[in-house]
Amino acid sequence: MHELMAGWLPWLPDPLLQLLIVLLKIVAVLVPLMLTVLYLTFAERKIIGYMQVRLGPNRVGPRGVLQPLADTAKLFVKEIIVPAGASKALFLFAPIMCLAPALAAWAVLPFGSELVMANIDAGLLFILAFASLGVYGIILAGWASNSKYSFLGSIRSAAQIVSYEIGMGFALVGVLIAAGSLKLGAIVEAQQGLGFVNWFFLPLLPLFLIYFISGVAETNRAPFDVAEGESEIVAGFHVEYSGMGFALFFLAEYANMVLLSALASILFLGGWLSPIAGLPVLGALVDLPVIGTLFGSGVHWLAFKIAFFLFLFLWLRATFPRYRYDQIMRLGWKVFIPITIAWLVVVAVLVMLQVPPWFDKV
Amino acid sequence: MGAVISYIKSLALGELFKGLSVTARHLVTRKITVQYPEEKAPQSPRFRGLHALRRYPNGEERCIACKLCEAVCPAAAITIESEPRADGTRRTTRYEIDLLKCIYCGFCEESCPVDSIVETRHYEYFGEQRSDLLMTKDRLLAHGDRCEAQIAADRAEDAPYR
Repeated sequence: MHELMAGWLPWLPDPLLQLLIVLLKIVAVLVPLMLTVLYLTFAERKIIGYMQVRLGPNRVGPRGVLQPLADTAKLFVKEIIVPAGASKALFLFAPIMCLAPALAAWAVLPFGSELVMANIDAGLLFILAFASLGVYGIILAGWASNSKYSFLGSIRSAAQIVSYEIGMGFALVGVLIAAGSLKLGAIVEAQQGLGFVNWFFLPLLPLFLIYFISGVAETNRAPFDVAEGESEIVAGFHVEYSGMGFALFFLAEYANMVLLSALASILFLGGWLSPIAGLPVLGALVDLPVIGTLFGSGVHWLAFKIAFFLFLFLWLRATFPRYRYDQIMRLGWKVFIPITIAWLVVVAVLVMLQVPPWFDKV
Repeated sequence: MGAVISYIKSLALGELFKGLSVTARHLVTRKITVQYPEEKAPQSPRFRGLHALRRYPNGEERCIACKLCEAVCPAAAITIESEPRADGTRRTTRYEIDLLKCIYCGFCEESCPVDSIVETRHYEYFGEQRSDLLMTKDRLLAHGDRCEAQIAADRAEDAPYR
């Protein structure tokens, strides 16, 4: 990459060239991400509509495909209202605080064995740290709005995120024990072998479920959306926001969904690995001339897995009613944490006994 | 023992998967949305929409100003004033229905001894100011003239059940 750019722009001094390359990489990651988020909102309305035997938006453009653009245009031209009693600087800063960590975490996500912006050793820690930062945006938004509903929403969301972070953290510890590395690329490579049989979701099934459910809670999505709770506290932390401020919260929520789906695919479903490569009979498909690349490992498998998890997010939202607040706390503290701790012991034993096909490689 | 079994059942998320399967089934069923301006829901001949005053085939208005509809109207939306006409019959000089008060219950139509005031199938109307939604005698008669064929057909269809 560096040599290529130096060939094109030989007059550019080296530091600027580096900067340009980094910027190009950021664009290459964020543009597809933003498009995904844009059409995720559309997919959500369509899928939930279909599940409720409705058609969903279908007026803007053919079958409604231009709906997200219309929504964006609307949010852009709307006025940003700052409440009189609000702490203005924090009020305007909060949505950015919400969105920035959700985007920053993408810096360390591997899309392929070589396709990663920053292949740092403690990638998982980096992501955990940034995922936790997002809650500050929500708390700031609720507090800075100087409104009771906002404040209630932000308190709820803070308590919820802190509780579920523990269960989620323990679930990730299971992955760490299994993979023996904090590096996301190494975690994926540890799942290589017998196609999908070798992925971590089989030996770590309870942790996988707990990770995903905690992820839903962490992003404040239904059925864990008490922080928004439109039927009880209007819209929770973002009740006072309008226009682009509101749009940023929306963007952050959906970017977090995509991030969580990507993480779940990387940690438990083998990231970019193909589900059939390495299998006894089906594995031969990979060697076919043209469609072999389709069956073989690559970014498209990661995209497919992310899409699967995103669909699951929407499916859950269309199906389940909102948890009561105390039920959320009970689930997080009295169910998830004991199960994860118990399963950590199981995983440790499995790893120690080098149980095939997952743990017999080292 | 039962407690243990129910605990295991809840851990296996059985009920959650049952719920998910219901929504998944509905994802692929035929959608029942009526695309309104292009498609319209079927109407009963007893549909109660915008009111109309009818005439006899010879052009004489049916209303005899008995004021039964005014009396029965639960929303007090009807105002009638009457006096004898030159030929000695009693006729209305004023017959108004305030659509903003009307609850479309159909009592006026039921009470009318001469089938004069009726509610038609027409329901797509609007007003840009309050007076647009005050149906005067002229407007009611005009609407009746416009829809007479449909009104007569609907009455005829419903007649066997009365």
